[in-house]
Amino acid sequence: MSDLTELTAIELADRIAAGDASAEQAARAYLDAIDAREPTVQAYNEVWADRAIEQAKAIDARRAAGQGIGPLGGVPVAVKDNICTTYGRTTCSSKILANFRAPYQATAVDKLEAAGAVVLGKTNLDEFAMGSSTENSGTKPTRNPWDTDRVPGGSSGGSAAAVAARLCAAALGSDTGGSIRQPAAFCGVVGLKPTYGRVSRYGLVAYGSSLDQIGPLARDVADAALLTGVISGHDGRDSTSVPRDVPDMLAELDKPLENLRIGLPREFYSDALDAEINLAIHAAAEAYKDAGAEIVEVSLPHSRIDIDEAGKLSSYAAACYYIVAMAEASSNLARYDSVHFGHRTAERCDDIIELYSRSRAEGFGEEVKRRIMLGTYTLSAGYYDAYYNKALKVRRLIKNDFDAAFERCDVLLCPATPTTAFKLGEKTDDPLTMYLADIYTVSVNLSGLPGLSIPAGLSAAGLPIAMQLIGPVFSEPTLLAAGRMYEKASATSCLAPPMVKG
Amino acid sequence: MTQTIDEPLVRHIGKLSRIELTDEQVSTFGRQMSAILDYFGKLSELDTDGVEPMAHAVELRNVLADDVPGQSLTPEAALANAPKRDGDFFMVPKVIGDSQ
Repeated sequence: MSDLTELTAIELADRIAAGDASAEQAARAYLDAIDAREPTVQAYNEVWADRAIEQAKAIDARRAAGQGIGPLGGVPVAVKDNICTTYGRTTCSSKILANFRAPYQATAVDKLEAAGAVVLGKTNLDEFAMGSSTENSGTKPTRNPWDTDRVPGGSSGGSAAAVAARLCAAALGSDTGGSIRQPAAFCGVVGLKPTYGRVSRYGLVAYGSSLDQIGPLARDVADAALLTGVISGHDGRDSTSVPRDVPDMLAELDKPLENLRIGLPREFYSDALDAEINLAIHAAAEAYKDAGAEIVEVSLPHSRIDIDEAGKLSSYAAACYYIVAMAEASSNLARYDSVHFGHRTAERCDDIIELYSRSRAEGFGEEVKRRIMLGTYTLSAGYYDAYYNKALKVRRLIKNDFDAAFERCDVLLCPATPTTAFKLGEKTDDPLTMYLADIYTVSVNLSGLPGLSIPAGLSAAGLPIAMQLIGPVFSEPTLLAAGRMYEKASATSCLAPPMVKG
Repeated sequence: MTQTIDEPLVRHIGKLSRIELTDEQVSTFGRQMSAILDYFGKLSELDTDGVEPMAHAVELRNVLADDVPGQSLTPEAALANAPKRDGDFFMVPKVIGDSQ
């Protein structure tokens, strides 16, 4: 039998359903891969080997008894460690939650398990999802499987690296400003940030509540479509989840899209963009044209990306995004009070303010502190209008640009990242430089849109290059079908890094 | 909108944020926060007069749950992660002083 870890989630589910492989064999194959490569990649915070075997055996027993095993029956998946699970710990890669055991489970995980998925463990992230390289993890830095001197991106770096290194068949991540799409791009896998409200945020540890969304990281677009369908749907436990029927994401996936209009936002193709990425995306546009799509140029003026003489990037959207995200973070992270749960200082404190302040100082990492403090500042009296309220107005302008663009096209084609994966340590001294790794992804969260990052080949240095497709709200079926169209034409999906082949 | 975050201001923000800061952090954060806020100032280039602020991309209405009794966390589950507890209570340092 060939190595089960080489199969996509759909292929593996088909084999298990057909009885050509067992769920236990699949779980063991992945646990073997984890034994071999996890010490190098360091994608997981926790691996649940015994429990995975147990879950897999239960799937095999169901099948043997003639019961349905679900669309993901026996498929081993990983879950980002800011998504609550009742098994194991949920740490957000933060010292403040080092021993936290969630009293309830995220709806997205419930749905995965109900669909038959076997959870292999929890993956590493930038602490509380704040970062673009997974170097802000309070646990350890995850390595990029394509080049272990480089970062996997972030904040869902553990999930992206695990999918790329074949340490799981697919994974859940979360995306507040690019945290699924950017690491997917750096690791050569597919990542989807669904429409805001499509997937329940119940059980997702809150960072920027108006921006956060759970989504899949997968080997190819079809797997991403399957997972998206499984985890989507209205949930009474998340008041921002949208009561709307979930279409079958796979039904129309392979149907060629007639009269597809693809928009190229001209502001995204400036000198700020890496030349190889630029070339790859224009080649993708040509491929779409050959497949009968119409290419139109559109404009997103408030998402414009500038580059100054010194090579420094800037954009209104990134400024707007960080103001909103930090403001929301300062409020959301007030809950870490060292009283109800989480790290508490061992030092004696005379009053409760001292207890809060010392425990939080010991428990939070530097980036989390910076963001809480900046958010606190921009919301404080006297600065609220200049920063937070101003950002909310710019947020509307950014969204209006997308609304206008979607009158002229069905999906937008653009970069996911300004560069390929950078080296560990390259940006850690300058937080502002790190923020700009999200420059092509943040507008999508501000506008609530779905965004899909897809591999678009390798650079001369052998690093994954990605493109991003963006659609109107709730257009996932079209967005995924458009991605699938390219994927089939280009054969850039499922690329295995050398460490897997070796 | 260029804003310098000097050391007293960093300490004040730290206090509001309930985060104790070392002297080294006060100096590093002050420098970094000034640079980041300076970058945020880029938004002042844009004319936003008359633009309605947008806090959420997807329009939200009041969402009400049906008034049906259900199971919530048991005291044991709610207290399971408490760093310090006393029976069914969370423990905190004395909040009201003897002299007050």
